[in-house]
Amino acid sequence: MTSKRILGGLGLLLGAGLASGQAVAIEGDAERGEAAAGTCVACHQADGGGMNIPGGESWPRLAGLDADYMVKQLHDVKQGSREAPTMMPFVDGLDDQQIADVSAYYSQLPVTDAEGGDVDAEMLARGEQIALRGDWDEYIVSCKSCHGPGNQGVGSTFPGIAGQHAGYIENQLHAWQEGRRANDPQNLMGAIAKRMSDEDISAVAAWLSSQPATDE
Amino acid sequence: MINRRKMLVLAGATLAAGASLIAWAETDGHPYDTLVEMGYPAPQEGELVHVPPTMADLEAADMKPQAKAVIRRGYDLFTNTQQLRGKNVFNDMNCSSCHLGEGRQPFSAPVWPAAVTLPDFRGKNQHVNNLEERIAGCFAYSMNGTPPAYGSDDMLALSAYHRWLAKGAPVYPDQPIYGRGFPAPERPDELSYANGEQLFVDNCAVCHSEDGSGLYQDGEYVFPATWGDGSNNWGAGIVRTHTAAGFIKNNMPLGQPLSLSDQEAWDIAYYMTRQERPQDPRYTGSVDEVVEKFGPTFHKHSSYGQEREVDGHRLADHANWGEKGDEVEPWNVGVPRFESLDVEE
Repeated sequence: MTSKRILGGLGLLLGAGLASGQAVAIEGDAERGEAAAGTCVACHQADGGGMNIPGGESWPRLAGLDADYMVKQLHDVKQGSREAPTMMPFVDGLDDQQIADVSAYYSQLPVTDAEGGDVDAEMLARGEQIALRGDWDEYIVSCKSCHGPGNQGVGSTFPGIAGQHAGYIENQLHAWQEGRRANDPQNLMGAIAKRMSDEDISAVAAWLSSQPATDE
Repeated sequence: MINRRKMLVLAGATLAAGASLIAWAETDGHPYDTLVEMGYPAPQEGELVHVPPTMADLEAADMKPQAKAVIRRGYDLFTNTQQLRGKNVFNDMNCSSCHLGEGRQPFSAPVWPAAVTLPDFRGKNQHVNNLEERIAGCFAYSMNGTPPAYGSDDMLALSAYHRWLAKGAPVYPDQPIYGRGFPAPERPDELSYANGEQLFVDNCAVCHSEDGSGLYQDGEYVFPATWGDGSNNWGAGIVRTHTAAGFIKNNMPLGQPLSLSDQEAWDIAYYMTRQERPQDPRYTGSVDEVVEKFGPTFHKHSSYGQEREVDGHRLADHANWGEKGDEVEPWNVGVPRFESLDVEE
């Protein structure tokens, strides 16, 4: 969950102020989620590790992702702000409670290894630059600015992208560019993705996939 | 990569100029053409346009390794000023929280101009300041802190980083500097606190939180506090409404500069600068006295000492120094110098 700091001393305006995204009200149950996840394993695998498929539609690792983030994504796929034709038939079969349950289930699975980081050093260096420092001459803000320390995610709004399959990250950045994905707050990701070259996208995806998803 | 680093002055057509000065003809495209495409103003005739070198350029530069190491340290301090937390920094800010793009970015108060225009007289503290003193001002106000000592390792490193970014730019330039500061859009006739609040919730709160406290992950800073104890104090430049409006218009939301209308940027700035934050280190125990002493040079542009419309709260009427606490001696800002200096204005 988003960690909120309390203002000391001034004691003003401590609004609740979370509530990004919708449908976070339904509490998910990981045990029920495991049963409901039967339809997910064909692609996302029994361990939630997904699969990197170079040149194809890679399946993201779900294990260890933020539950509320996944809830929002599933609803967005249903509603169309995140186009995912292969996901549609499966998502349509899940009701709101089941969406919360499968998200809870995958969020507590141990993180698995990502693939796609096996590229040359020059490409990795470019990827690292974009991920950690950005390229302001092209007005590309660093990934870390929003995805947080280690690019491991911030709350339920900014997903962890370190240790995710390169193929998936690459596909998603292209989806943002082409408008197939437009479910971010204030177009924060879309605006930046549109300024990235294909080479930058491949580089940053490869570098992120080579990074640890958690500090543990 | 294309080497886009260059300094040039847009010379007027009337100036039958040396070719080396005029142009970016030698390059593909203008420097900052990406910015211009995004809607920033194009460099005007006669403006000084400088593209600061990057850290990659530093590695390639023909300089002594010791100097490079100190500049690297300066860069590290600039982008992760939180490493001085509790020593020189007593809030949640980094230099790069406001000076985006590692201090290189036009319209985001790029820091290299300080290295080529100082020492100079500064209205804010009414005397001639050098680069270290200017940086000390940022620590005292924007970082709600106590500056590293003049001549200390950290101060040297930060000055060196500023100087590095200015590499190739003329010292004491006659020309106005392209993209300097946070240029404010034209002030609308009316500013609305209520509208600003709604806009903040809709556009800013996802990163800065509705209570302005910023955003953290496992205790680590991600987005800066826009007010409150984690933010800059009442003496920082960005408490001036026009400076905040200029920052917001030119830089926010992150990655989408110039996307808010002038009215929206000003309303958000108005709302944001009418929230509480740590006391101005020039505070003497009386808000009225601060207003009297520093109103003409500074607080006439801020909401300091004003009554907030929604609740009648008198802004800054408190002795809260934030995390700095009472034990830390506030840095003695604005020490008079050259008092016998005889100048004609």
